[in-house]
Amino acid sequence: MNIFSLFQRQPSTAPAARERLQVLLAHERAEIGQSDLVAVLREEILAVIAKHVSVDRDKVKVKMDKGDAVSTLAVDIEFPAATRLAH
Amino acid sequence: MSTVVVVTSGKGGVGKTTSTAALGAAIAQTGESVCVVDFDVGLRNLDLVMGAERRVVYDLINVVQGDAKLAQALIRDKRLDTLALLPASQTRDKDNLTPEGVERVMGDLRSKFDWIICDSPAGIERGATLAMRHADVAIVVTNPEVSSVRDSDRMIGLLDAKTARAERGERIDKHLLLTRYDPQRAERGDMLKVDDVLEILSIPLLGIIPESVDVLRASNLGTPVTMNDGRSAPAQAYRDAARRLHGEALPIVIPEERRGLFGKLFSRRAA
Ligand SMILES: Nc1ncnc2c1ncn2[C@@H]1O[C@H](COP(=O)(O)OP(=O)(O)OP(=O)(O)O)[C@@H](O)[C@H]1O
Ligand SMILES: [Mg+2]
Repeated sequence: MNIFSLFQRQPSTAPAARERLQVLLAHERAEIGQSDLVAVLREEILAVIAKHVSVDRDKVKVKMDKGDAVSTLAVDIEFPAATRLAH
Repeated sequence: MSTVVVVTSGKGGVGKTTSTAALGAAIAQTGESVCVVDFDVGLRNLDLVMGAERRVVYDLINVVQGDAKLAQALIRDKRLDTLALLPASQTRDKDNLTPEGVERVMGDLRSKFDWIICDSPAGIERGATLAMRHADVAIVVTNPEVSSVRDSDRMIGLLDAKTARAERGERIDKHLLLTRYDPQRAERGDMLKVDDVLEILSIPLLGIIPESVDVLRASNLGTPVTMNDGRSAPAQAYRDAARRLHGEALPIVIPEERRGLFGKLFSRRAA
């Protein structure tokens, strides 16, 4: 270390902060949007099912798996054994 | 028609309570009636910043639960008769805030005041969501720093999804209040720039409040900073922000410390 290094400006860190935030928030906004979508789908699926059979709300599971090329939506509905599906 | 404002942030300690008191006093000084409401149940502080800590008898929880009338809990400011405080409870739990009770109290406040300014607790729990629930306008208090900006982004999402207005399909006005802004750090490039924060959060700017010892002095005395020394830099910045909230199109000024004066004119349209 020499005396001149005392006068050297440290590189500014604000641009790094800005970039990291932009990347992170783009990701987080998409994720929150997706969990909203799953909630909406779940409610609508429940409504459709309720028209035909009565199921326990907790027994309807909707899950979104996000992949790079494709995403999948898994819907898992459990009926009591005695439920009649046919009309 | 009265306006309900929520002062919110997600992150703690960014200046919500300071801003609630300062803006409340600034608006009340113009002659309109203002009630500042502390939603930080269990950790109340607005009473202290307003200098009313020894006058609290009943609080928001008492009114929400019907144990006291609103008029019994309201504390009129001794210096400004257009300003009142509805304190939070210090001993009760935030679970005592019921959505129905809060709705009723907000309705009563609307019939009594031109402005109702709700000081939100930090976080995204019940206290914070109920504080924003009935707001027409939101002030998102943000420090120019990564975690504060991230939390503000989250709050903006919640404001657009979870407020009564959002649920009715109406718009909620959102404004950014950048606080604890340090001009020297900004100049050195160690702090996010105003433009960076605005670009990331993309809501209009209500004002920039400089980091200042005047804020601490005012809180030591229990006087909102806009009432203490009206000429101090933060007082001026808060007063301008209050005027913009009112719809005035004042140019935004970026605080510049070097000579303790306000500097550069910011050529951006105000909020
Ligand atoms: N512009 C400023 N300059 C200097 N100090 C400030 C400024 N704004 C706020 N402070 C100080 O920062 C601290 C936190 O402020 P305040 O209590 O208003 O934040 P808050 O967001 O309400 O916190 P909490 O989330 O805990 O409710 C206080 O000590 C306050 O005096
Ligand atoms: Mg506070």
